[in-house]
Amino acid sequence: MINLFNYIDRPSPIHRLTGATKLLCLLIWTFAAMGSFDPRLLFLLAALSIGLFRLSRIHIKDVKFMLGITFWFMVLNNVLIFLFSPEHGVELYGARHALCSLPLGYAVTEEQLFYQLNVVLKYFATIPVVLLFVCTTQPSEFAASLNRIGLSYKLSYSVALALRYIPDIEREYHDIALSHQARGIEMGRGVPVFQRIKNASAILFPLILSSMDRIESIASAMELRGFGKNKKRSWYSARPFQKADYAAITVSLVLLLLSIGLTIVNGSRFYNPF
Amino acid sequence: MSRPVIEFDHFSFQYDAQAEPTLKDVSLTLFEGEKVLIAGPSGCGKSTLAHCLNGLIPFAYPGKIEGSLKVAGRETREMSIFELSKRVGTVLQDSDGQFIGLTVAEDIAFALENDVTPLPEMKARVKEAAELVDVAGHLAHAPHELSGGQKQRVSLAGVMVDDVEILLFDEPLANLDPATGRQAVELIDDIQKRTGATVVMIEHRLEEALTRPVDRVILVDEGKVVADLSPDELVCSPLLKEIGLREPLYVTALKYAGLPIHPGMRAGSLGTLTLTEAEKEAVRRWFTGAPEAERGPAPKPLLEARGLDFQYPNGLKALTGIDLTVGEGEMMAIVGCNGAGKSTFAKLLCGFEKPGGGSIRFRGRDILGDSVKARADHIGYVMQNPNQMISHAMIRDEVASGLVARGLPKQEIDRRAEQALTICSLRPFRSWPVSALSYGQKKRLTIASILALEPEILILDEPTAGQDFRNYTRIMEFLRELNGRGIAIVMITHDMHLMLEYCPRAAVFAGGRLIADKSGAAVLTDPETVKKASLRETSLYALSLMCGISDARAFAQRFIDHDREVRG
Repeated sequence: MINLFNYIDRPSPIHRLTGATKLLCLLIWTFAAMGSFDPRLLFLLAALSIGLFRLSRIHIKDVKFMLGITFWFMVLNNVLIFLFSPEHGVELYGARHALCSLPLGYAVTEEQLFYQLNVVLKYFATIPVVLLFVCTTQPSEFAASLNRIGLSYKLSYSVALALRYIPDIEREYHDIALSHQARGIEMGRGVPVFQRIKNASAILFPLILSSMDRIESIASAMELRGFGKNKKRSWYSARPFQKADYAAITVSLVLLLLSIGLTIVNGSRFYNPF
Repeated sequence: MSRPVIEFDHFSFQYDAQAEPTLKDVSLTLFEGEKVLIAGPSGCGKSTLAHCLNGLIPFAYPGKIEGSLKVAGRETREMSIFELSKRVGTVLQDSDGQFIGLTVAEDIAFALENDVTPLPEMKARVKEAAELVDVAGHLAHAPHELSGGQKQRVSLAGVMVDDVEILLFDEPLANLDPATGRQAVELIDDIQKRTGATVVMIEHRLEEALTRPVDRVILVDEGKVVADLSPDELVCSPLLKEIGLREPLYVTALKYAGLPIHPGMRAGSLGTLTLTEAEKEAVRRWFTGAPEAERGPAPKPLLEARGLDFQYPNGLKALTGIDLTVGEGEMMAIVGCNGAGKSTFAKLLCGFEKPGGGSIRFRGRDILGDSVKARADHIGYVMQNPNQMISHAMIRDEVASGLVARGLPKQEIDRRAEQALTICSLRPFRSWPVSALSYGQKKRLTIASILALEPEILILDEPTAGQDFRNYTRIMEFLRELNGRGIAIVMITHDMHLMLEYCPRAAVFAGGRLIADKSGAAVLTDPETVKKASLRETSLYALSLMCGISDARAFAQRFIDHDREVRG
């Protein structure tokens, strides 16, 4: 089965951090990475995030599907940047070193390549951390941590529930698909793409109906047990902060300061070697 | 008399979307510490009654209320659903749907979390509630690591952390295997004795629900309370038959033996049943009165599984060395507890999974290499939930979908679709939308869509799950009719009545092995098999022992033969 957003239970230092810590670190980290176009910092962040990934004992094969999607997204993103603003680097860095020219007035410049290198590095600096967060945080802890950083608990809980039911819905999709295959409605390779989409969408119909039933029953169950009664709620899974939590947040903050510091030193978000 | 806790007074309720009231002029009083069973056929309004009690009506399902309903002396329409939930704890039918937390402990704590209970107090109360229902050893487990019975215990603990006065069980037996169902009834009884809570059980399986004594049975039909009796009085009255509920099997057996049921027999529960010597003699005479019906010769083998093995990718062994033959035109059941390997076996037959070893032959030809689609021409598979199978908006399109996918000529599609619709008595509806059908009709529609492929074997997963006696009888008589047309029928089921009444043969799975392959009557009167497969003995077994008949299997068979004759 495809692993989309799924908690993977494998004891590691990352797993032991509280959900709130991980969410805070993720946010700070993302700010640090998004705020800067300095490849030195981005290299550091990318190296660190890949290191953290190893520390968490999550394997590449656990997140293969998500990695694949983000990889193609990254490629597409870069192609589009080049197609629509091939001279963006030139504008940013105020210099133009053309390497070669292409038809239709396009040209490859050092500045553009440097700019797009930064974009690629940003993916490497953030995606591993996002995957890390998703794979090492239990949905209920995730809800608790969203709530802890100030989101309404109703919203937090609905996000967590949605994540939690993804595997169930996947399983159901699989079951429904089998019964349809038995009737000769095939979805495997060898069926034309258009036909495949049509056949797969036939499954969505029963799937949506049964998901609606599920939502109704879970909503009743939650109301019957007092969900939504008070403005606040407490969390059974809440854990007090440990030393490691403070340390992780501190490290993230240091990285954010570094990012801000570099922006000040460079005089802009962009590091200009030209 | 003790204090009244639930008082319906000329209470009516009409859903906003419906033209008729679902509950009509209900007057009913339940007292503190009572244990009451509310029974009635599907659609009689018993679930609506439960929703009125726990506040889902009118808070989640709006509608028009007339008359009064008081819980613990207060008018419910003046209370919020949250206030009400502090007094009435509801254990829903589907314990999967009710499982909100990610672990047992979190789920039990859910109501406390919503009350902003501080963490240390929360942990203490969760532990206490978990101990009460005996799940304290599983606090860190996720729902999918628990059995159905354990999930239900967790649900119960989740409402008991609040010290509710009234416990409301909505069809507590619906999703449990027979042995677990019995434990559930015992658990409810124990909890009630220990806490003194008022217990309201909504259930249509009368015999099972009455395993432990209840104070009163309230019968509901067409939105009205039609009886309010003790169980002993209830089984003497003709009411059960009139509203389409199944009376306990031992009661039917006593009637077949020509005995009038009277309150002195205390026949409300098998545990209290007392028969005089003369009555026992009457039962023995009835038993020996007719010879056992002759069984025909074994049919020609149609589908043969030999030495089937199956292992999940995670190394868990699901099936070991299954040898099972389905004969031409047979009707049989595959039974066993959850995880025994029944569904996996069916999946192997249909080709959804590939076996690790062994062979599957159809009319002597090895079909292991055949695709799912090719096998479906011979072996039809009907899922438990019709809503999972139906993907077209119009009835005729649904039936034709498999034929269209096979690229058959239009004439042939029309012929086969018409025929399948006719067999399933759906022909008059063929141009209707699917949404206009009832659950039972949808079930028949899914069967029709498989029949259109003209299979020789039909495998049905839990064909009667969640159905009341009337619908059960309709579905099963329909399947018997199909069987009469020469189609072999294999049913995966928990339903003991189904096994007993409709299956000359039952294959029993336990722990991935086939542990018995004999008649339904023989399985359900064999304590050892019953124990291994998480079933429960039929009450006919106890009755035969009570009357000093040692061959319980023959006694059960006599009952089945007689029953067939009576019902035609």
